[in-house]
Parts: sequence; C-alpha cells; structure tokens
Amino acid sequence: MSTDIALNIVLLSLMAITGLAIARLRNLFPVAMLTGLYSLLSASLFTLLDAVDVALTEAAVGAGVTTVLFLATLGLTRAREKAVPRSRTAIGLVVTVLTGAALFYASLDMPHFGERHTPVQDHPLRERYLETVQEEIDVPNTVTAVLASYRGYDTLGEVTVILTAGVGVLMLLGVARNRRREDDDDQEPPR
Amino acid sequence: MREHTVLRLISKLLIAPIILFALYVQFHGDYSPGGGFQAGVTFAAAIILYTLIFGLAEARRAVSPRLLRATAALGVLIYAGTGVYAMLAGGNFLDYDFLAHDAVHGQHYGLLLVEFGVGLTVVSTITLIFYVFAGRGRRGDGARR
Repeated sequence: MSTDIALNIVLLSLMAITGLAIARLRNLFPVAMLTGLYSLLSASLFTLLDAVDVALTEAAVGAGVTTVLFLATLGLTRAREKAVPRSRTAIGLVVTVLTGAALFYASLDMPHFGERHTPVQDHPLRERYLETVQEEIDVPNTVTAVLASYRGYDTLGEVTVILTAGVGVLMLLGVARNRRREDDDDQEPPR
Repeated sequence: MREHTVLRLISKLLIAPIILFALYVQFHGDYSPGGGFQAGVTFAAAIILYTLIFGLAEARRAVSPRLLRATAALGVLIYAGTGVYAMLAGGNFLDYDFLAHDAVHGQHYGLLLVEFGVGLTVVSTITLIFYVFAGRGRRGDGARR
C-alpha cells in the first residue's frame, strides 16, 4: 500500500512538472510531445487505480493518436506560439486560479481515497451490477457487460457519435483532396 | 525514410505484437479489461505507427481508405443489426437474451458482436481521421517531421 502511495506521489508530481513545462514552453513541438508524456503518466496513474480500461484508452488515444494528430497539425501551421500581452495572461491566471479553487472545493465533498462506506460501495445498485450480472450475463468483466448490455443504447449512441465525427472530419478536410488519390485506390481491389 | 534504420527495425518488431494485443483486447474483452473501443484505438495506433515509419502512401496501400470508409459504417451496422436481429427473434431492441436459445449464451453472443462492431468503427474512424490530417501536408509523409 505504501509503495502505491509513493508511486502516486511520484506520478502526480511528474504530471504537475509536465503541466508547468507545457505552460512555459513557446515552441509547440515539445509541447505536443509533453502532452503525450502527460497522457502516459495519467495512464500509469489509472493503472495504479486498477482502472485498466481507462488506462488503455488514455495510453492509446492520449499518448498515441492525439500526439500524432497534434504533430501532423503543427506540420501544417506555425509551430511557435505568439507571445501574449501581460494583461491577458493575468486574466488567464485569475480564471485558472478560480476554477482550480472551485474544483478543489468540490473535491472536499468526495469520499476519502480508499474509504469503505461510499455510495459506490453501499448503493443497492452495486449488488445489481456486480452480483446479478454474473447470473444474467456471466462474464467476469462487469464493465463490458454493463457497457454493452445494460447500457447497450448508450454505447450504440457513442459508436454513432464516433462515426459521425469521422464523417464530419472527412467532409471538412478529406473529400476534395482525396479525390485524386482515390483513383490510385481504384486500381487495386480493397484489401 | 532509409536513414531511420533503428526506428524501422524496432517498429517492424513492434507492429505485429501491438495488433495481436489489440485483437486480444477485442476478443478477450469479456474476461479481461478492455473491449471494442480500447482494441480499436490500439489497432489504429499500430496503423499510425506504420504510417509514421513507412510513409502515408505505403500505409494507404496496405489499409485502403476506401475499405476503412466501408468498415466504419459496417461497425455501426453490425451493432444496430444485432439489436434488430434481437427484435426479429422476439425480444426488444438490443435485448441479447433472444439471440440464442439460452439467455446467457445470447448475452455472450450479443456482447461479442456488439464489441466487434464498436472496434471496427473505432479503428476505421481513427485511422481515416489520421490519414486526412497526415495527407494534407506534403504528399506521402505529411506527419513525419
């Protein structure tokens, strides 16, 4: 347990340092790399918290895909951030501090880390989800069962959102420029 | 591209295990952490790594955007189709109990099919988005810088 706490402290400090470094840097290429590092650190944190599903997603999307998309975009635009006048940074600082204070205040209402009696543990639905699932669906991974079966409608909606996002990006960026290259594709059978 | 010998070698070694891991996360998702979305992004990450190392033209030849556009829609179709099939079999939309004679087996089939649909759509969409971004720069390898 104590090694867990030590690892948590190390990871959270590294995340804070990475965040500060991102805020200070002007050149956006290292910023993109550091956001990838930040995602990797939070993925490690999720693994420590036994949220391996979230860690997988964070590592693949946050550290992998998003970083590459950032870099690809920076290849097209300017990679240096414009200097912001002092007055505007002051406003930014105030907004950040206020938001941070509000979030910190809200976090006081949350149950303590590792506490026994929390809504997650005591709520009647816990039994429904964690125990009845094994009779009704009989798969060890309750998360999959809940997402795909009990919340099947939600997940269908999410998949549709992903498809819609892809269609949107293709319509905005893809069509005109791809037309020429699509002719290349035509010459060979798909797959 | 020729000069990155180490990168090319390491990536060649890594890409196949990444894809294998993605397939494991996909089809073992009922038993271990993961599922369609995680598998999809992992698979897409493998394709993106391939693109970064070998260039966009090579990647488009290996995984054609035209195919991806079809599979992106096919994933949602598989998902929704599973729901419609459950209706035809006498249940409600997405009620997997009716997919097989035994309700629990039906749930297993339902989860497997639905997660496969999710994975298919996710890997296709993310790869397509990446292709579009990478293709807007210099022709061939816009993302390599």
